[in-house]
Amino acid sequence: MKNIIKSTLLLVATSLFFIGCGNNGGKEQKKGGALENNVAEKVYVAPGEHDSHYAFISGGYSGNLTVYGLPSGRMFKEIPVFSQFPTSGYGYSEETKPMLNTSHGFIPWGDSHHPDISQTNGEIDGRFIFINENNTPRIAKIDLRTFETTEIIEVPNSAGNHSSSFVTENTEYVVAGTRFSVPVPQRDMPIKEYKGNFQGALSFISVEPEHGHMDIKFQILMPGFNYDLSHPGRGASHGWFFFSTYNTEEASTLLEVNASQNDKDFIAAVNWKKIEEYVNNGGGTMMPAEYAHNVYDEVTHTATSTMKKEVRVVNPSEVPGAVYLLPTPKSPHGCDVDPTGEYIIGNGKLSANLTVHSFTKMLDAIENKKFAGDAYGIPILNFEDVLAGSVEQPGLGPLHTEFDDKGNAYTTFFISSEVVKWKLGTWEVLDRKPTYYSVGHLTIPGGNSRKPQGKYMFAMNKITKDRYLPTGPELEHSAQLYDISGDKMELLLDFPTHGEPHYAAAMEADLIKKRSRKIYKLEENNHPYAAKSDADVKVVRKGNEVHIYMTTIRSHFSPDNIEGIKVGDKVYFHITNLEQDFDVPHGFAVIGQNTSELLIMPGQTKTSVWEPTKVGVWPFYCTDFCSALHQEMQGYIRVSPKDSPIKLSWSLDGE
Amino acid sequence: MKHTHKLLILMFSFVLFSCGNDKKNNQVDYSSKKAPVKKEVQKEKPKEAPAVKKEAMANVDLSNKGIGPVKSLDISGAIDQKLADEGKELFKNKCSACHRTNRKFIGPNPTGVFDRRSPEWVMNMIINPEEMLKKDPIAKALLIEYNGSPMANQNVSEKEARAIVEYFRTLK
Repeated sequence: MKNIIKSTLLLVATSLFFIGCGNNGGKEQKKGGALENNVAEKVYVAPGEHDSHYAFISGGYSGNLTVYGLPSGRMFKEIPVFSQFPTSGYGYSEETKPMLNTSHGFIPWGDSHHPDISQTNGEIDGRFIFINENNTPRIAKIDLRTFETTEIIEVPNSAGNHSSSFVTENTEYVVAGTRFSVPVPQRDMPIKEYKGNFQGALSFISVEPEHGHMDIKFQILMPGFNYDLSHPGRGASHGWFFFSTYNTEEASTLLEVNASQNDKDFIAAVNWKKIEEYVNNGGGTMMPAEYAHNVYDEVTHTATSTMKKEVRVVNPSEVPGAVYLLPTPKSPHGCDVDPTGEYIIGNGKLSANLTVHSFTKMLDAIENKKFAGDAYGIPILNFEDVLAGSVEQPGLGPLHTEFDDKGNAYTTFFISSEVVKWKLGTWEVLDRKPTYYSVGHLTIPGGNSRKPQGKYMFAMNKITKDRYLPTGPELEHSAQLYDISGDKMELLLDFPTHGEPHYAAAMEADLIKKRSRKIYKLEENNHPYAAKSDADVKVVRKGNEVHIYMTTIRSHFSPDNIEGIKVGDKVYFHITNLEQDFDVPHGFAVIGQNTSELLIMPGQTKTSVWEPTKVGVWPFYCTDFCSALHQEMQGYIRVSPKDSPIKLSWSLDGE
Repeated sequence: MKHTHKLLILMFSFVLFSCGNDKKNNQVDYSSKKAPVKKEVQKEKPKEAPAVKKEAMANVDLSNKGIGPVKSLDISGAIDQKLADEGKELFKNKCSACHRTNRKFIGPNPTGVFDRRSPEWVMNMIINPEEMLKKDPIAKALLIEYNGSPMANQNVSEKEARAIVEYFRTLK
């Protein structure tokens, strides 16, 4: 009895405590806090249940792409793309090293920026995701059946590959616009002669419809501006691509000041269908170039790198009516097109207002030849003739706009750290919510398509400061999830991200889930060094190269005793994982190895090179725990002196 | 030295005792047939035949059909050599990493398996190892007998498993 009274008192006290807390709750919550409006429930995904959406968030300077679930904010995977990845051996294994080959040689790092999911008829189809590298211009394709990077193409004549990688309505093209203009072709020249001599290459990479193979179809050599972001037209504006520019001043020094002189920069409107037609009829010129095209074959589990020698370039003045410049205040960053394809939003970083251009008005102005002048032969339209409207003083430092399915737009404001919701057509501000802090881009699932899925929106922040437990001077950046299904945005969740969450693409999970691959079939494994059964296990010497055809299955290697290796040999461990079961990879590492370990998927073959420098008997073992006998999954390799007479031999349990 | 041996025996007894308790719940008990010292000998010389035979005989249960899609299978007819050849190839590719036809290896020797198990049990074990290892008393006992090495699910179809069974029939 006493106990009951006690616990009742405790319950009352606790409730009071929580109510009190709620009233004084966090600044982003209205009265009541999390307990009263069940915010926690909205992001809770019970154990064993699946999130409703995938979010693919770029890793920025990590060079990779991370996969999160929404609404939980749980990170599921980091997909290596432009950077070596110790976890799986990507970029370290012999099969994946060619993926990071470029005309500058092997480049094991690059910063990834803008992922975009493939589309069919203007709707996200979940087949591929493309992402650009900024530093050494490259575009990668990731297959969403395996979540593996399967193709990387280098972009010549480009520098700071930033206005990328956005796809057209039927994934006809992935676009790779340069950020920095450079001499084309590259040459030794004085930097101060930039103006009029540097050019900006906008590359259109065709995507073969069935397998997604990429090829640079043409490059448009534009004036020497900086090309910041881009977006495809859709619906009526399908066939056009829009690129925001800054530094139309063509300054080469102290850009912080000198690239902010002009009152207006431009959005370049490119009629790619017109240029495609011109190119298909033999237009443009082939220019010598050097760029790598790297393709990963899922049957041989091996990448090959091919160096290409030329690229087709198009001078926009050769194709009248293909490119126009839309004046846009002031140093626009984002360049976003609404789901109908009518409105083109220029997020002028230094402008007080948000500028919205009308595609219909643009066509009309072109039709009536209402030009304000030209830049290097490209017609400039009048600002007033193409303006659909502007959102008056919505915040400071607009960066990126996305759209829901109800005719609303959401813009991030970097300087004032907020997301502002406004209405297309009336340009009225409907709601604003703070972000914590310095928000860059934001994403609505299905955002870059004709059919956004307007339930969630997440904002990606550059500064994390006091939001989590401190981890020294450096904190992971963060993303914040908002429910946008109602009239007002509601902050649901903060979650840390890996690297810089520069930009993201997201979609409903079902399309990807049902196509997701669980194993590689052993019968389809055509790796030249595969050992598809224990009968194929062998060790072969070719001069000072030794090739070990090895297998793994829970919980042993075959062979596990190898002798006859000599100092100075180059030992290739070709390891085939014989498992045919979902989520049972095996690892491999050998002592003193110069490269990273391997992680080999079921049915896959991967190769690690080991160059022993010391005589001895050295262990190798599995790095991935999957059975009770994990510790026992090991073997020995004996290394003898260079002139040793010991013959090559190998065994498993004496066989 | 003697002291150490005594201690070892004591330790093994303890382990077996606790294991035995578990097994009673599962209504399988064959571990008591092995003396703790023998267990140690076996570990040193795994190819000694008596221990293997003992294990094989201990589990004979032809009425247990296992858990899985295969409910009844008659293998009394003449051997279908073509099917057996297919099974041999499948066995080589998907099973030989852990099973040898001439000895106990990571897993049991399939030679003579139908003297110990029903063909239904064998097929279900191949097709449905996870559930078998959780629920079937023989599969559970074998998991312990084989040092906790679980039978890997190699995505073998029912048709393929049938071919493997035919191959097992040819093993003498």
